[in-house]
Amino acid sequence: MHPIRKKRLLIIAIIALILTTAIGLILFALQQNINLFYSPSDISLGKAPKNATIRAGGMVVEGSIKRNQESLYVQFDVTDFQHKITIEYKGILPDLFREGQGIVAQGKLNSQGVFAAEQVLAKHDEKYMPPEISDALKAAESQP
Amino acid sequence: MLPEIGQFTLILALFFASSLSILPLVGYWKKSLILTATARPLTLIVACLVFISFLTLSASFLLDDFSVLYVSQNSNSQLPIYYKFSALWGGHEGSLLLWALVLSAWSSAVALRLKQLPQEIGAIVLAVLGAVSTGFLAFLIFTSSPFVRLLPDSPIDGGDLNPVLQDFGLIVHPPILYMGYVGFSVAFAFAIAALITGQMNSAWARWARPWTAVSWAFLTLGITLGSWWAYYELGWGGWWFWDPVENASFMPWLAGTALLHSLAVTEKRGVFKSWTVLLAIFTFSLSLLGAFLVRSGVLTSVHSFAADPTRGMFILALLVIFVGGSLLLYALRATQVRSSIAFGITGREAWLLLNNILLTVLTLTVLLGTLYPLLFDALGLGKISVGAPYFNSVFTPIALLLIVFMGIGPLSKWKNTSWNALWRPCLLALVLSALLSSALVYFNSFSLMAWVSLSVAFWVLFLSLLDWLNKISLGREGLLVRACKLPRNYYAMILAHVGVVVSLVGVLLVSVNSHEVMVRLSPSESSLVAGYEFRFDSMEEVKGPNYVSERGQFTVFKDEKQVAELYPEKRFFTTRQQVMTEAALDAGFTRDLYVSLGEKLEDSSWGVRIYVKSFVRWIWLGGLFMVAGGLLAALDKRYRRRVEVA
Repeated sequence: MHPIRKKRLLIIAIIALILTTAIGLILFALQQNINLFYSPSDISLGKAPKNATIRAGGMVVEGSIKRNQESLYVQFDVTDFQHKITIEYKGILPDLFREGQGIVAQGKLNSQGVFAAEQVLAKHDEKYMPPEISDALKAAESQP
Repeated sequence: MLPEIGQFTLILALFFASSLSILPLVGYWKKSLILTATARPLTLIVACLVFISFLTLSASFLLDDFSVLYVSQNSNSQLPIYYKFSALWGGHEGSLLLWALVLSAWSSAVALRLKQLPQEIGAIVLAVLGAVSTGFLAFLIFTSSPFVRLLPDSPIDGGDLNPVLQDFGLIVHPPILYMGYVGFSVAFAFAIAALITGQMNSAWARWARPWTAVSWAFLTLGITLGSWWAYYELGWGGWWFWDPVENASFMPWLAGTALLHSLAVTEKRGVFKSWTVLLAIFTFSLSLLGAFLVRSGVLTSVHSFAADPTRGMFILALLVIFVGGSLLLYALRATQVRSSIAFGITGREAWLLLNNILLTVLTLTVLLGTLYPLLFDALGLGKISVGAPYFNSVFTPIALLLIVFMGIGPLSKWKNTSWNALWRPCLLALVLSALLSSALVYFNSFSLMAWVSLSVAFWVLFLSLLDWLNKISLGREGLLVRACKLPRNYYAMILAHVGVVVSLVGVLLVSVNSHEVMVRLSPSESSLVAGYEFRFDSMEEVKGPNYVSERGQFTVFKDEKQVAELYPEKRFFTTRQQVMTEAALDAGFTRDLYVSLGEKLEDSSWGVRIYVKSFVRWIWLGGLFMVAGGLLAALDKRYRRRVEVA
């Protein structure tokens, strides 16, 4: 083979090798690390998988926040005004977490149907509503 | 009156910018020197007009003119004066005006250094920058004017600036980041000029290089500042969240880094010409994509402004026009370019090619992770988020591989390198770095990942050192003389590469050796974290200019000795009725102590977040090294030569 052509072939082979490795890595990692969003209605109707990391969100129900006296354990309900679910969390809640505020939680749904959150997110602008929540609210409104 | 002047000058600027994007090109086409000569004055006029517009908006902020809607939404009479000024870019409209201002500043910088370029190329570069300005000014005027008035019912006081933004970070982070983002439009303009004139030779690479290096340095500094700001302001103690908007700034950085390296090859050896042009287009496109992601609110992020679909569509249209147009031009013209110079598999060209491949792959992994939720949603598969674990598991191995090659590349020579010149230092560095990192891992009981990363870091350091020693030991002069005679570019490269290593060490040690606890503490109770005793002494109430604050006092002891006093705050901003956490930290070269308050619980106890983070400062220190490297590279003497033929 012509030496220049041989070199080109080698370069293309290296690029192909790196690309396939990277794509393999990406696909594998994406499979493991995407978190689907479920609305309170989805979860109440049993559409969400148990014991898999998912996201859930809605408005925090007034008067539903219960705290433990000794630890940082806290429990509250979120709603999309059709159904509500209970979320439990141990840790510090974000500044904008309050009753009536839209929040998104990431965690797992346990066998009792309680959502055990590992992370609770409330956005830093009170006018701003995460698109997941506004869509979930719209979907719930449009149902009869 | 002032806001009307601002609006009027902005419209005038749009008019002049659109003439700027047409006249010089017509001049080039018709071979009319008069028309091409309009580029420079038009650029300067646009810059002056945008600057006047910017000044009027600043004046409205400083004079508390709440009849201006944007001012009333983002400022308040009680706001400290420096935040009144920086509140200008605290919202969507003003930050776009800042963007336009920065763009016109870059354009005038090019216009003022025009003598270095052949006239026709300079004119086309300015025309392309004018076209970009036209797009952004039209966006500003038609969808997001900051000068809209609330008359006659203007409010008595403003709604105040978002408390998260009332910080030093807002004053410096956006302008510097924009300097970087927007600076890549200069490299883009050079690339388009090269395509239009068909002169894709090493000359265009030499002109584009210093501009690219300076923008890259600004972008690096902007990202570093952003990371540092997020770390102390958001109260979670993280320095990088793989948030879509962070990714939006990181993608142009990765592509820009690739561009810097491929420009070097194009300038020195005249190869990779069309690839370099393509990279310049990609880097600019990724900057625009970043603007789209931030402005349109399509992705959930800490940076999202309230979403407005028309704005998103407008930016998307701009993106399609610029990216589509330039790729079309590329498809038409790039085929004419043939690189005829061959290079060996061990030559520096090959190592830089590898650098470019890996950086491009890294950019793609970030791009895919960022846009995947959008794709998923568009296909109707549901709403998802791609978590940090995706980025960590994909990005880390490829980045480490890149850094391994970053050690070898500088040893190589153009065209071909003898294997002997490569394998000897490599073997020595391999043995030394493996031994050293094994020792460190043994004494600290770190993980395998830590061992690998530390070895890679030492590997680069040893190889750089060996290469430097090798370079200065040749020749008859003294070592010091030879060390001073090495080109500035060489030291710039070493500085930037060492910066990467310093950041790598910081990232690694933070991730393997950080301690975080969330506890419930009452006054006089204490908590022991990583050998440090954090004692919660007391709480007191403090009044700020536009907030009231509950301030805690913590004393930190190590081995019975007091090491720091920390005052974390919980501020309540009266106008917005919003609570903000102000973390307190004691910064150190090898460790940071970090306390932030959670909520007040019933029995006067507080939820408290305590961190001890090792070497976290190194992440940003490395960033500063890279910035210094980028600036030093741009200052190289050979970029100041003028063209002899006018």
